[in-house]
Amino acid sequence: MAKKSDKKIIFNKEKKMPPFAISFYSMEYNKTGGWRNFRPVIDYDKCSCCLICWKSCPEAAIKLKKTKVKGKEKFKPVIDYEYCKGCGICWEECPTEAIDIEEEAE
Amino acid sequence: MRKVLMGNHALSYGAKVSRAQVISAYPITPQTEVVELLSKMCASGELKAKFIKVESEHSAMAALIGASSVGVRTFTATSAQGLAHMHEMLHWAAGARTPVVMGNINRAFAPPWSVWTEQNDSLSQRDTGWMQIYAQNNQEVLDSVIQAYKVAESLDLPAMVILAAFVLSHTSETVEIPGQEKVDEFLPPYERKYKIDPDEPHAFGGLTDPDNYFELRYKIQKAMEEALEKWEEAGEEFESIFGRKYGLLETYKVSDAKSLIVSSSTIASTARNAVDRLREKGEKVGLLRIRVFRPFPAEKIRGILSSVGKAIVIDRNIGFGASGIFYQEIKAAMYNEEQKPPIFGVVTGLGGRDVSSKDIIEIYQDVIRREEPKSDIIWKGLKL
Amino acid sequence: MKLKIPEEEIMGHGNLACQGCGATLAMRLALKALGSNTVIVLPACCWSVIDGPFPHSVVNVPLFHTAFAAGPSTASGVKAALEIQGKDTNVVAWAGDGGTYDIGLGTLSGAAERNDDMIYVCYDNEAYMNTGIQRSSSTPLKAWTTTTPVENPKESHKKDIISIMAAHRIPYLATASVAYPEDMIEKFKKAKDIRGMRFILVFSPCPTGWKYAPQLTVKLARLAVQSRVFPLIEIENGIKWKLNKEITHPSPVSEYLKPQGRFKHLSDEDIAEVEQSVEADWNRLLEKTKK
Repeated sequence: MAKKSDKKIIFNKEKKMPPFAISFYSMEYNKTGGWRNFRPVIDYDKCSCCLICWKSCPEAAIKLKKTKVKGKEKFKPVIDYEYCKGCGICWEECPTEAIDIEEEAE
Repeated sequence: MRKVLMGNHALSYGAKVSRAQVISAYPITPQTEVVELLSKMCASGELKAKFIKVESEHSAMAALIGASSVGVRTFTATSAQGLAHMHEMLHWAAGARTPVVMGNINRAFAPPWSVWTEQNDSLSQRDTGWMQIYAQNNQEVLDSVIQAYKVAESLDLPAMVILAAFVLSHTSETVEIPGQEKVDEFLPPYERKYKIDPDEPHAFGGLTDPDNYFELRYKIQKAMEEALEKWEEAGEEFESIFGRKYGLLETYKVSDAKSLIVSSSTIASTARNAVDRLREKGEKVGLLRIRVFRPFPAEKIRGILSSVGKAIVIDRNIGFGASGIFYQEIKAAMYNEEQKPPIFGVVTGLGGRDVSSKDIIEIYQDVIRREEPKSDIIWKGLKL
Repeated sequence: MKLKIPEEEIMGHGNLACQGCGATLAMRLALKALGSNTVIVLPACCWSVIDGPFPHSVVNVPLFHTAFAAGPSTASGVKAALEIQGKDTNVVAWAGDGGTYDIGLGTLSGAAERNDDMIYVCYDNEAYMNTGIQRSSSTPLKAWTTTTPVENPKESHKKDIISIMAAHRIPYLATASVAYPEDMIEKFKKAKDIRGMRFILVFSPCPTGWKYAPQLTVKLARLAVQSRVFPLIEIENGIKWKLNKEITHPSPVSEYLKPQGRFKHLSDEDIAEVEQSVEADWNRLLEKTKK
């Protein structure tokens, strides 16, 4: 697995350059949540846990959380705002209109 | 085992005894026999390799870059148009630091169509980051393939073993094919440190911004510089096992020479005969053959040329708008020396026109009468 | 409680794609189906940038960048070498439409004719998006791109890559859409278990290049299927054509075209012409699937 890093790696005298362009690190430093103009918000009262939002997210920014609804085990979608770019696909696709979209504050 | 082999088959046997594992090639005259024999060897199981019969040279090189990045030994061969068609991937092979070994048969470019020998094909790939070895006979072709793997894999740089079209590619000579055990002793299996491996996933060759790119290019240059030593070490080790000696350069009768003929490939072996005949006439002339052109052995060349009276560089190639390419490089290598000879550049034998011992004697006699080079090109054999 | 789509994410966070990128969703879903025993060979395309800069990468599988025309050929070499090492690994060439329909078509045809063992994926966004929306031979009729301006939009039809690939009689060929993730994942899983050349064309809308609001990516991909613009099919050995989704009551093509800025300049006659072209393609397809 790629190593995690909080910032973009630049090689210098201390951090040795590999012999050619090989990637060792994840992209997690790139908090794409900062790109967001609109914030999708899930209203769990309306959410049916159909997971269409999860399937449709290009960013893998919707996570699944195990939960019990009326005694049945279900996966609940949880938005990871660190990486959600705010494209709005989940909002557009949600069949129960459980996702609202709000303008991000400056 | 001694066998009568054409230069092309010397390449095939070189790949075979080196245990190439993935071969990929596209046919072009005058290279075809190289891959025909390898196809046969793979089909019979004599060589345990996968042969990918691609639809272009660009694909041949791409396939080998992929295979080499996984960590296996790879081989291809091409010539002229084929080499030019590979050009993009030649840069890729060097940038991805894949030690691909390739035979290139020096053939003139079209148009007009020509299948005969000239060095413009390989020399126009000079700056791609490939090592270039110019062989003068078929034994050297075979031996250079084995050595090329040794050096290439120690530094992760690709290498091109180059031979003259027809003059070597289709000329049969007696060649000693080294025993497999000895080759295995000289050339252990290729181990790649960072390779394509799902157990250790990396991305290779991703977008690299100016903060990081510069250093990666520096590393290629450093590897090239290191390759100078590696070729000499490989030559020494090779001699200790196989009894044949090769270096970056080859000198002939230079110790007391006042003038030196400098050339490469088969013109250099013809020049040896010319030197003998000139010596019989009392001329103090010697020969310097450039075997390894990339990396360029500038320091060694300076050591030899700084003490002579005249240097005559014979090029079977031309850098249009400038001069012969070996001439340019040798002149540049000498420029900062305090003591240096006048350097004369001769362009001859383009498009495979024969360059005989007599021609070289005439070149020498012409140059020896001149005090200084008045132009960058002395044309020899031009019928205009 | 069972998920039809694998939960594990092999594509990590922080990619460099535009908001609402269809090609990114395609990669995320494909990797879920393929699993981590996979190597991606990547010729020049949007994903060359999306994956992130050296020394970072967003996917947790080996990814080898190669030249524009060299996706299939590089993948052939990677596969041959992995086989020599005794590794049974999925080798995936992942290319855009430029690398597939245009500059890489010769190498793709070569690898397909040899039946080299790989899954070739073309994520089709119907133009050179990474270089800034220039027409490719996958760009549809009448569409605007920066090299087919509205004064002179694309005059020729989208190249029929499916028929070209089918003519190579490769063992498996499929079209997939990011709007039908279950279908897409099923096709990738099926492809994984077949040997030889497998070709999957994934319809991947591009908000930046098609000029629509990013939330519409999945909706447009669905409309493309429902309006018969992009049929979901499978072809075995180039002969057995199968329509995966019958579209008995198609949505109007105009419904698919209208939200897209690249078709904004279309007159009613233009739309009618596009509709006729879609219908003709559909009828040709039906002839093949009915055999």
